[in-house]
Amino acid sequence: MHSEYIIVGSSHAALEAATAIRLIDADGTLTLLTRDAHLPYSPTILPYVVSGRSQPDNVVLRSQAYFRDNAIAFVPGTSVVAVDPAQSSLRLASGATWQYDRLLIATGAAPMLPPVGGLTKVPFHVLRSMDDAIDLRQAIGKARSAIVLGAGLIGMHAAENMAKAKIAVTVVELQPHALSGYFEPRASAIIERTFACNGIRMFMGQTLRSVERQGDFCLATLADGTTIAADLLLVCTGVKPNIGFLHGSGIEVDTGILVDDWMHTNLPNVWAAGDVAQARGFWGGKVVNGILPNAVEQGRIAGLAMADDAGVMPFPGAVPLNTYSFFGQQAISVGRGSTCSGMEIAESGVEADGIYRRIVLKDGQLVGIATINDFVDAGIMWQLILRRTDLSSVKAEFIANPQLTGRQLMSQIWR
Amino acid sequence: MGNCFSTLQFHAGRCDGCGDCMTACAQAKANSDDQAYSRIRILPKASGESVELALCRQCADPICVMNCPSGALSKNGDTGVIDWAESKCVNCLLCTAGCAYAGIVYAPEVGHVAKCDLCDGDPACVKACPSEALEYRTAARIFNAYADKEDMFCRGLAACHGCNSELLIRHTMRMVGPEVVVAAPPGCIPGMGTVGYNGQTGAKVPIFHSLLTNTATMLAGVKLQYNRVGRNVTAVALAGDGGTSDAGFQSVSGAAERNDPILFICVDNEGYMNTGMQSSGVTPYGSWTSTTPVGGQMQGKRTEAKNLPLIMTMHNCSYVATASTAFLEDYYAKLEKAIEVAKTGMAYLHVYAPCPTGWRFPSAMTTQVCRMQVRTNFIALWEYDPGNGLQFTHPVDRPEPVAEYLKLIGKYRHLSEEQVSHIQHTVDEKIAYLRQLTQIAAARRPAPVH
Repeated sequence: MHSEYIIVGSSHAALEAATAIRLIDADGTLTLLTRDAHLPYSPTILPYVVSGRSQPDNVVLRSQAYFRDNAIAFVPGTSVVAVDPAQSSLRLASGATWQYDRLLIATGAAPMLPPVGGLTKVPFHVLRSMDDAIDLRQAIGKARSAIVLGAGLIGMHAAENMAKAKIAVTVVELQPHALSGYFEPRASAIIERTFACNGIRMFMGQTLRSVERQGDFCLATLADGTTIAADLLLVCTGVKPNIGFLHGSGIEVDTGILVDDWMHTNLPNVWAAGDVAQARGFWGGKVVNGILPNAVEQGRIAGLAMADDAGVMPFPGAVPLNTYSFFGQQAISVGRGSTCSGMEIAESGVEADGIYRRIVLKDGQLVGIATINDFVDAGIMWQLILRRTDLSSVKAEFIANPQLTGRQLMSQIWR
Repeated sequence: MGNCFSTLQFHAGRCDGCGDCMTACAQAKANSDDQAYSRIRILPKASGESVELALCRQCADPICVMNCPSGALSKNGDTGVIDWAESKCVNCLLCTAGCAYAGIVYAPEVGHVAKCDLCDGDPACVKACPSEALEYRTAARIFNAYADKEDMFCRGLAACHGCNSELLIRHTMRMVGPEVVVAAPPGCIPGMGTVGYNGQTGAKVPIFHSLLTNTATMLAGVKLQYNRVGRNVTAVALAGDGGTSDAGFQSVSGAAERNDPILFICVDNEGYMNTGMQSSGVTPYGSWTSTTPVGGQMQGKRTEAKNLPLIMTMHNCSYVATASTAFLEDYYAKLEKAIEVAKTGMAYLHVYAPCPTGWRFPSAMTTQVCRMQVRTNFIALWEYDPGNGLQFTHPVDRPEPVAEYLKLIGKYRHLSEEQVSHIQHTVDEKIAYLRQLTQIAAARRPAPVH
């Protein structure tokens, strides 16, 4: 089988790449190969599928009609097991091969399992695919108690949804506070307090020493000797890029696939984008920035580059970013939270009321902003960071009212 | 061709920040007078800058849609609006990370994101704006309706740079279509090659080069012959103001009086622009032309222009209207009526055609000059038929000073302050007179039946 463009994967990076290719090249044969058996969906939606708020067939990002209308061959249930760049070919689990002219690897990431004694001997859940979500939803229907290992976004979403389903939930996190990738301890404390108020036990800064099966229960033992018994164990301790199938291909990898500012790998005609790619970090280095808007942007750049679009702009660098809703409240984080020399921090808010704001500036430019129950436009804050907009003349106004000042600034400079 | 969409236009310079649009939006979208519910946000002036706004741009490459993990956001292929489906939205706010305009934001009052939906094509904010700072631009529907229709003129017509007459005749004939016979008396339109050049013809439809004096009557006769042989064609005259107001007037007047079934379009560039810029009967007071020069004795034309379209209403022919190429939707509406009318009676369209070459303004400014003619009330857009009388189609209640229009144009560069105020006075009087006519017409019209 041959296709001029082959995209491996079917989530945000893959879909935006396909859209971008079709924008430039209406006719070149374009094929999406994906391991998943379902129509394209977002991993971000899965906690809502678990809670029942979203139905699996109602979260489809592209329909069969879309693929037909845009002459894209969508091939689900297809695992790519090896890439041979010298032959421009892919080998599938079925043994079949595909020839490509240009290849995009957008295979995303898979759950990373922590080195916990006994973990492989007990039944546990993860949450990265639609099938995981459907399994977990069924399990929740039968469970009365649960342990969530990991207080990242997926773990926290899942814990909230299980608590709402009247399950006794315990969250265990190795880091000293929840959502440590996005929020500082003071902000996390507000979020943790909300979880505690909703009956969720939060064990932060705790190492899980071992898990074992006891009848129908899973018995977890923490490093300090505390034991927790639960019907259900959900492991959400982060993800790692799906790059195992590239072994021996010559495609350069570190944590993820190393790419340049056009998402091109070290080998001709091979690109990578999204959670699998390791690209320029806005503040230096090469990073895997596993967030949805990042995948969208990288996918689009890769697609345009693959179709030889003359106007493709280089990737400006990954900026951590997230918007997080919990128990009807909103937390937003854009840019860096941690500090280093020369940074100026402005913190405000009424923590007792769950209101928090932290602005980090350096050399008159925004470096990071995090808020809880204090809405700021993440898109505008992101642009102010990317454009290195000089805020020195409006610094006081920005610190006092980042939402209004940001909107005023962007409405003048967006052109 | 792809779809084009209607859009909201914001004129920052006209906005005084009153906030009526936000109140109207809150009322329309949340039944509340609290501006916090508004989806359009006027931003107060920041350090001396102009007022700006935060509003959904209904992007063609909407990153909010791309960032949506639930499929709740989508670009509507018919309306162009970014639609939000409440049933699918999970409140993750990732859409807000994709927007640099604060066009989709979390609204704590309602507990989810909110964005402008253009009120299903009838935006409340636009109707509430007292300063015309917000406009709902719907001209895209013209493109959608006509872009795929065949252009009835060939490429390479030799009009001057910046000429809007070429634009006008191409637009016009797209709507009229191929079942047509066209008369074009001497003037710029034949001069640019529509009736032929180098043994070729510039038109793809039957066209003849009438005399200045006989266009309307000859066209009416040709139309009668088509009727006699059973062909239903539209008879169209594309004439200049010389061929209409001066030497051509007796035949136009006669055809109008008989209500001959023709569509007569006068393309008014205020003089004989293709023969050396001589003055005509519709050249305005004060204009420099080669026959009304500026020197020791004369300061441009000494007499007033005659109001030709108004004269045409006095003939009681079936339809008379004025139009400007800066207001194409208005023109298309009038042209559509005129084509229909011309099946049985005479339709007269008077379209203004500012001439970069003869009036001396940069060729890139033509549409701006057209726009300013209307905004200053130098010309008025109206239509007339014997049953309904005269009605404004684009009333300008707060016109800009006519001096703002005059200063764009070289042929008025010599004007003294007295001459400018004279022209302003004439414009005011002309509008007052037209307004009286509209009031008379309104009084005569029967009250609408409920």
